[in-house]
Amino acid sequence: MTVQYSELIQPERVHGSLYTDPSIFAEELERIWYRTWVCVGHVSEVARPGDYVRKNVAAQDVIMTRSADGEVGLLLNRCAHRGNLVCEDRRGNSSSFRCPYHGWTYRNTGELLGYPYNQGYGGKNKLELGLGRVPRVDIYQGFVFASFAAEGPTLKEHLGAAAGELDRLARLSPEGEVELTAGWLRHRAKANWKLLVENETDGYHPQFVHGSVFSVTGSPIGALYSDKSTAVTRDLGGGHSENDLRPEFRRAARPMGWFGTSEARVPDYVAKMRALHGEQAEEILIEGAPHVMVFPNLFIAEISVFTIQPTAVDETVQNVTAVQLKGAPEMNRRLLSQCVGSVGPAGMLLADDSEMYERNQRGMAARRPEWLDIRRGVGRERIDENGFRIGAANDETGMRGFWAHYRGLMEEGAAQ
Amino acid sequence: MSSLEPGEIERFLYREARLADEHDYDGWEALWTDDALYWVPAGGPDVDPESQMSVIYDNRSRIRTRISQLKTGKRYSQSPPSNMRRLISNVEVVAVEGTDTVAEANFVLVESRERGTTLWSGRATYRLRRVEDDIRLAYKKVVLVNSAEALSTLAFLI
Ligand code: FES
Ligand SMILES: [Fe+2]
Repeated sequence: MTVQYSELIQPERVHGSLYTDPSIFAEELERIWYRTWVCVGHVSEVARPGDYVRKNVAAQDVIMTRSADGEVGLLLNRCAHRGNLVCEDRRGNSSSFRCPYHGWTYRNTGELLGYPYNQGYGGKNKLELGLGRVPRVDIYQGFVFASFAAEGPTLKEHLGAAAGELDRLARLSPEGEVELTAGWLRHRAKANWKLLVENETDGYHPQFVHGSVFSVTGSPIGALYSDKSTAVTRDLGGGHSENDLRPEFRRAARPMGWFGTSEARVPDYVAKMRALHGEQAEEILIEGAPHVMVFPNLFIAEISVFTIQPTAVDETVQNVTAVQLKGAPEMNRRLLSQCVGSVGPAGMLLADDSEMYERNQRGMAARRPEWLDIRRGVGRERIDENGFRIGAANDETGMRGFWAHYRGLMEEGAAQ
Repeated sequence: MSSLEPGEIERFLYREARLADEHDYDGWEALWTDDALYWVPAGGPDVDPESQMSVIYDNRSRIRTRISQLKTGKRYSQSPPSNMRRLISNVEVVAVEGTDTVAEANFVLVESRERGTTLWSGRATYRLRRVEDDIRLAYKKVVLVNSAEALSTLAFLI
């Protein structure tokens, strides 16, 4: 029986089966994960020719490579002979991959270079085989995206307004570039991937789920999501959403306040930014980094970058690393330290988010009331000066944007 | 020679393990020196914690924050707390440096919570310091056997 997504996804509620039904998960892989643009990593992870690192797009094991001429490519980790993994190491540097099973070798761009005992194939260079390649690879602000669909919207079209948020992150570097060179924590949660996506820009939970750490550190973050906050939740279209905290940061008007520090603590960085940007530096240093969820799997939470990898209907791996800003060593130490304290399996923030995803998944085993409510703030949404729908800091505007886009993809996919 | 008597190291390690297993947060925190470092690497045993992500990389002040958070009772990833017990074995002294003794030990820890039962294991390095009549912990590094894999939430004291 085909799933009627328009029945399961309504403007103010979504059906619980969307998180628990394995057949829906299987359809999501085809219609979202192996079709739309998915963030795989960042070019700085393969900085030099020959560098490679293993990545995932849902269940697909992918090798991100840098070829001799500097191109970043995505190869599928599956030997063209009989399907063995050709690359077992998580990262390294090599111009070729040699499958350990029968010794076939491939260039790091995927072409078959050779096979042992070649008379069995009638000699050398007789086979038109190679490693699978992800059909479309594109890069924005150094973030590497994969699409398994040979045709479809371009990355620029997919990112839409979210591209501006990646720009906003990159401009915090005195050299205009983000680097993701601090390695990734990999955090496993027994929960459907959409619970993570929805939580990333849910401004309703921080005061409750993270009250424990806010109270002991005296953190001002909770207040940014309170009922008095002037911050907004924005539906950026395309399933992307953000918590725009800039109204609060502008009100405080403290350079580096977004990072919980003052300019005196990072004088070299602030000086470099002022020299580079002149008067505009104040705005950049006050507004700070974005808090944006890029559909379906890239989440930037100011100082941390996450990629979401679904592994089963009820299991997801969340990868996370610290934002590093090229040309800002003074900031990078602090960014790493704050990020390590906050995220991952023992993080003072994310461990509790992950506990909530898991309890959420278990809760949905109960048969009633069947639906999850996403109506918060429906009655107080507005359209901002750029035409985007915005809600209050703790409204579910982002979730509604996510579901509208999800529904479109799932229905179009069925029609194909 | 070690300033610690035979058996003292094991007694300390067993006590530290019990305080962690039983969520005796104050008792556990009191073991640490002021220059404490509590480190759980990610991605392998020798990844540089000053430039790379770690699961935990706490100085003394962050240990205090971590403990204070647990004590609020609203650290949901440990509220309710995990039930757990760990075994410590294969204890070896690897260095004696002034008042400090560096020891290593293997551990196996079984954690039970509603999510399910999780088996954690690895090798820990401890820097123990004789402070008057007492022994204190200046450094603990916990290398999980699965540090390079995706990990479940680990919000208890490891
Ligand atoms: S499976 Fe790779 S060489 Fe045979
Ligand atoms: Fe959260």
